[in-house]
Amino acid sequence: MRLSLFRHRHQAPLERRPFDLLCITVTVVLGVHAPHLPAWFTLALAVMLGLRWWQRRQRPGRAPTYLKLSLLALLTAAVISHYSTIFGREPGAALVAGLLVLKVFETETPRDARVGAAFSCFALMTALLFDQGMVATVLVALGLLPALATLRALQPARPASSLPRELLPALKLLAASLPMALLAFIFVPRLSSPLWGAPNSTQGRTGLSADMSPGDFAELLLDDRPAMRVSFVGAPPPNQQRYFRAYVLSNYDGRTWNGSERNGTPGAVEHGPITQYTVTLEATGQRVLPALDVPLEAPTQASMSADREMRADRPVNDPLVYSLRSASSYRLQGQLSERERRRALQLPPGFDPQARALGQRWRAQYGANEAAIAQAAMTLFHDGGFSYTLAPAPLGRNTVDDFLFGTHEGFCEHYASSFVVLMRAAGIPARVVTGYQGGYWNSMGNYLLVRQADAHAWSEVWLPERGWVRMDPTAAVRPERVSQGSAAANAKATDWPPNQWWLSWRNRWDIVNQWWNQGVIGFDTMRQRGLLTPFGVNDTSVGMLGLLLAIGGSLFAVGGLLWAMWQRPEADRAHTSMRMLEKRLASAGVIRRHSEGPQHYFSRAARALPSQREQLEHLMRTYLELRYAHDEPPADLLKNFRQAARDFRPRRVVK
Amino acid sequence: MLAAIRRVQTWAERRLPALTRYKRTEPLPIVLHRRRVYIVPTAFGAAFTVLLLIMLVGALNYTNNAALMLTCLLGSATSASMLIAFRSLDGLKLTGIRQGQAIAGEPMAITLVFSGSGHAHLSVHADMNDQAEAFTVEAHGETLVSLQLDTHRRGWRPMPRIKLWSNWPLGLFHAWSWIHPDQSVLVWPHPETGGPPPVMPGDASQQQRLHQGEDIAALRAYRAGDPQRHIAWKHSARHDNLLVKDFEQPEAQEEWHLDWRQLAQLSPESRIERLARWLGEAETVGRPTSLWLPTEDISLGHGRSHYSHCMNALARMP
Repeated sequence: MRLSLFRHRHQAPLERRPFDLLCITVTVVLGVHAPHLPAWFTLALAVMLGLRWWQRRQRPGRAPTYLKLSLLALLTAAVISHYSTIFGREPGAALVAGLLVLKVFETETPRDARVGAAFSCFALMTALLFDQGMVATVLVALGLLPALATLRALQPARPASSLPRELLPALKLLAASLPMALLAFIFVPRLSSPLWGAPNSTQGRTGLSADMSPGDFAELLLDDRPAMRVSFVGAPPPNQQRYFRAYVLSNYDGRTWNGSERNGTPGAVEHGPITQYTVTLEATGQRVLPALDVPLEAPTQASMSADREMRADRPVNDPLVYSLRSASSYRLQGQLSERERRRALQLPPGFDPQARALGQRWRAQYGANEAAIAQAAMTLFHDGGFSYTLAPAPLGRNTVDDFLFGTHEGFCEHYASSFVVLMRAAGIPARVVTGYQGGYWNSMGNYLLVRQADAHAWSEVWLPERGWVRMDPTAAVRPERVSQGSAAANAKATDWPPNQWWLSWRNRWDIVNQWWNQGVIGFDTMRQRGLLTPFGVNDTSVGMLGLLLAIGGSLFAVGGLLWAMWQRPEADRAHTSMRMLEKRLASAGVIRRHSEGPQHYFSRAARALPSQREQLEHLMRTYLELRYAHDEPPADLLKNFRQAARDFRPRRVVK
Repeated sequence: MLAAIRRVQTWAERRLPALTRYKRTEPLPIVLHRRRVYIVPTAFGAAFTVLLLIMLVGALNYTNNAALMLTCLLGSATSASMLIAFRSLDGLKLTGIRQGQAIAGEPMAITLVFSGSGHAHLSVHADMNDQAEAFTVEAHGETLVSLQLDTHRRGWRPMPRIKLWSNWPLGLFHAWSWIHPDQSVLVWPHPETGGPPPVMPGDASQQQRLHQGEDIAALRAYRAGDPQRHIAWKHSARHDNLLVKDFEQPEAQEEWHLDWRQLAQLSPESRIERLARWLGEAETVGRPTSLWLPTEDISLGHGRSHYSHCMNALARMP
């Protein structure tokens, strides 16, 4: 494993302190990688690291080669068996963490420790490929502290200090270099297209999925992670209208709802007032872009399906910012083609006989009044003894029948699914829409925070003349879900109501994440240009950015050099004045010799500058008195001498 | 290729004396300042730069701004460490050189006295003739650094060039400065390994004189309480006061009057080597010696400082 390209001089064994610091560094690396590595793997590496630390403490020595080789084989086997490949982001991270621990196994010389610390820096950076949130970034940046402290501790003859204090200089160094880092961050030219393929995430992220069957959301509705943040131009829409559509699901197989028309021109929409807004979407690993009902056009690098479902061209593996226009009052698809109509009425044969019978009964009862049929279904949910819970009783094969006529309990998915089945049974075109509803309005940051817990499913029915109309049966059962958001609805639906104070604090704190997402993660070529335009720089080519970077870097270099060369002014003020005098006399040709006493020096100066003899003799007397007559020289004497020294200007004698 | 490198080297040594080993000598104190401190990345620093570049390209490729920020932070922190490397040398002052005592062929202990400026100078190394010593000088403090200087010939040996360097704080940058103090250390002559003892003129008569009691160290003035039988009556008769035979004083060593002129048959270096051996032999047994040299006449004495005095005189012989 050791790259022995060159023969190295024999090196002194590593001291204990740098080794301890290296172990801390590797522990931090394992810590920041733990969230995306399998727990058993992290644990095994941590145990190995601990054993190595303990072994070296007892008896220093490199691990034998056969052990290292077998551990390497074991590591590779573990990675391959778990991920079935060693390429890609997760297997790569696992391999990096494993190799780092193995490096500790053979760390016996300062050189090994140096390589280990540098490799740790790289391993820390790779952790950011998984999560670039603010907290993660700060934690990773703090992980640099022990790495830098390790490098520092490798230098000989350093002042001894306690282990925590070893980290302090590294912290100071990082803090001092933060301005320069920001400058570089702003001006580094970004790549217009990636040099090689972006990592494709194989890890399933929790979030909305492209299909839905009742009960899927149960976990999602308790997930507090932010899904997206939305800032509006003008006033935000009221809570009841904050429906963000993601997936439109038309196909039903008796249990699962999935996909709709992927291609085709988006259905025509006539709309009223328009809302403009910008969405900062957290990484989802999927392509769907949620949009406020109903989006008018797709943003760049995304397309809109026939059902006005928006899909990005690439999976959203990093937070994505996009701007959109939506209409809250609209008439979507006033005309429905026969094919679309058939699709929106399709029901799998052999499922849910009771629900079908109920739908047909309503059709017979209300005739052609389809709005009345829909209303009847809403009334059923409202008055039929239904309750909202996140932990409903399990359902059998006929999910809708079991739910409608048996358990009577469920959450949005159950209601939306049953409602659509009832409508289709009654001959009304209907479909399920999933997305997010509600969100927390952060008044300090003026944006809407939508969490995964705000995931929602609702229905759309097609009514003649009105087009697709949104119907939310969950609102009939639990109006709070729509008017106050998921937290209010879930508070009673789960056994452990979350602390309201904690929730509101967390929602407020989220503004920092919003800043981070917009200011740091969303900082791209366009933002770069936007930042420079006010300063009259319209050209943001690589050359221009490089020039700005060079100028800024030079400014920092000058500042750094001034700091490096700054000498602390001497506390002895008489000495400072004396030095000034010496400088002036030296310019007149009287240079004080090394170890020449003041009396001798002044007499020599007086001989060289006879015209200023009296002045110099006065200076000499004052200086001698100041230096030797008192333990603590009187202030006025000092002042006197400093004044006289300041006033003294040697006059060259013209011979 | 090699010739070209050598040409560049000679050119550099001629044009940039402060950069290279061919720094001219200068008097003490020597203060390191910005014009004479040089910095290059170490091999590790170069490797670390490559690592940083890989991190940068990776961050840019994946448009991962957090990773880019981390890379920028690490990059600027490591660049800033260059300034710290410079600062650990800047203002360092060599105020003095103290030499030990060594005969030619033996290593001589040299103590360099460094004093610090307004800030601490951490992890500085002093390299002299393939030996290195790491030290730290506190702000306004003073540090003594001991090095071994190999010696070959007796006489004045000029101080070699000393390289002061530091890889502080992260080992990424190597800051160095050559100093060449205008100082020499005195190397004592190597004594010959064997040879005859000195021949003292009138050896026997000296013994006689001891019994006759003229100017003998073993007689001293009478003090109250001295026993009567110790009084040297004969000697006392020729003096104004009583003299006493002093039994407590150690047996007096025979004096050696070493003289350059007595060894006329030898070459000058051999004379010096022989005198050095005699001085050494006399020193080990505590024998009083005097030394006559063409350059110096050292009167009778004994002890370490007398020995040093004589050896110094021998070393200084032209």
